[in-house]
Amino acid sequence: MFRNQYDTDVTTWSPAGRLFQVEYAMEAVKQGSAAIGLRSKTHVVLACVNKANSELSSHQKKIFKVDDHIGVAIAGLTADGRVLSRYMRSECINYNYTYESALPVGRLVVQLADKAQVCTQRSWKRPYGVGLLVGGLDESGAHLYYNCPSGNYFEYQAFAIGSRSQAAKTYLERRFGSFQESSREDLIKDALIATRETLQGEKLRSSICTIAVLGVGEPFHILDQDTVQQLIDAFEIVADEEPPAADPPTGEAEQGAASEEGAAADQGAAADQGAAADEGAAPMDI
Amino acid sequence: MSLSESNQAQHNSLLSSDSQRTLYPYVTGTSVVALKYKDGILMAADMGGSYGSTLRYKSVERMKPVGKHSLLGASGELSDFQELLRYLDELILYDNMWDDGNSLGPKEVHNYLTRVMYNRRNKFNPLWNTLVLGGVKNGQKYLGTVTMIGVHFEDNHVATGFGNHLARPILRDEWHENLSFEDGVKILEKCMRVLLYRDRSAVNKLQIAKITEEGVTISQPYSLKTFWGFSAFQNPTVGAEGSW
Repeated sequence: MFRNQYDTDVTTWSPAGRLFQVEYAMEAVKQGSAAIGLRSKTHVVLACVNKANSELSSHQKKIFKVDDHIGVAIAGLTADGRVLSRYMRSECINYNYTYESALPVGRLVVQLADKAQVCTQRSWKRPYGVGLLVGGLDESGAHLYYNCPSGNYFEYQAFAIGSRSQAAKTYLERRFGSFQESSREDLIKDALIATRETLQGEKLRSSICTIAVLGVGEPFHILDQDTVQQLIDAFEIVADEEPPAADPPTGEAEQGAASEEGAAADQGAAADQGAAADEGAAPMDI
Repeated sequence: MSLSESNQAQHNSLLSSDSQRTLYPYVTGTSVVALKYKDGILMAADMGGSYGSTLRYKSVERMKPVGKHSLLGASGELSDFQELLRYLDELILYDNMWDDGNSLGPKEVHNYLTRVMYNRRNKFNPLWNTLVLGGVKNGQKYLGTVTMIGVHFEDNHVATGFGNHLARPILRDEWHENLSFEDGVKILEKCMRVLLYRDRSAVNKLQIAKITEEGVTISQPYSLKTFWGFSAFQNPTVGAEGSW
């Protein structure tokens, strides 16, 4: 996108019928680090890649619990994301106070979208620069939505946003047909693999990704690092390998065995880093 | 909107205090009795609207369906009941306008009513009712009550007003899980008969409503058989000549 004379104001249309400020806001989402969501009939899994400014700093929090039955993963301007998360939490708690029941995620998402739309039609405001993957439960089961800075929202079986999300999307597109009936464990595994796709060869470790799960009978919670690392180790399939028959995922043990045999023969930028268990080892061991 | 108009009216009336607060009820309904049975909720209320001690109106429907899943019965000031029905109408309308497969169930309506009643009480302008809210959603039966001061709870059987004193002892003795429809009606009629004999604001014209997963049915009005042929009622003043 190049600068032009219609892109200063969000309230200025271009002759082609575009609002450039809104499109630039969506660019901000694309620049943020990746966030991925998938859902089955009963569960939603959110995953994100943790980006830290430097090795000295902590990483940004990109997944937020909105309520026991709703969680959100963000990409883009995380500050805007925090503000919107606070709004969502507020809406959920107010609804719960009045009706003593959970706000259906579908309604929250519409309210969020309407809030974002307001910022595209006021000259003294700017669009929110954050994309939100909202996962939640409803009377009709588990849902995953994507909320755009433009004020649009869409429901998805699986989606990825942020930088290098296309790689994750490609993986998800191949596999999404089976997600609706997936078990919780398989859904998490697919989320991890999709996350790994966005890393472009970098080794997947629990320190650089965050996974959160929610489902029917399971309140939203973020998995702790050790659990995630164990899952990664169990699911470890060498980069670029694709289960040939693309069957509905079978037992993890089978996959684990296959990958161990494959490991030796396979290339890996990862090869030098050794087993996942070593990732805690200090560099001076080399 | 009507709500903001009444706020303004109240502000103006702070200068001419008390002209816009509920101080006492005028036209009132008496007890409502309800219980959970096998398929849902059964509720009974007579059709009387008293004006003080006068039994003035005798065809007042004191039970109304709310949305798809709930049934509301009210005792107390009838105009406040009508006001509540307007609030609920708007609530259900907006709920339906989402058109998204989600709907407010009896629990949600009960809690909404609790908030309304309690907030009005806090402003010293109560809706002078005791409400009974029953319903079924997704196989779950729900029965609760809210008073004019915001006291609210759920139970297997509830009653308002005189029903608390006369009907609940009967319900405590005779209610059990999974009552059949016929048994439920029998218990309710027993309660309503006692109320008819002993509550001076009761009239002998009542409706029984049932709500199940399928929906609401409110019966046609009918009356209970009563018996007055007790020997004590013949020559009642025989022991105290001159009294009446």
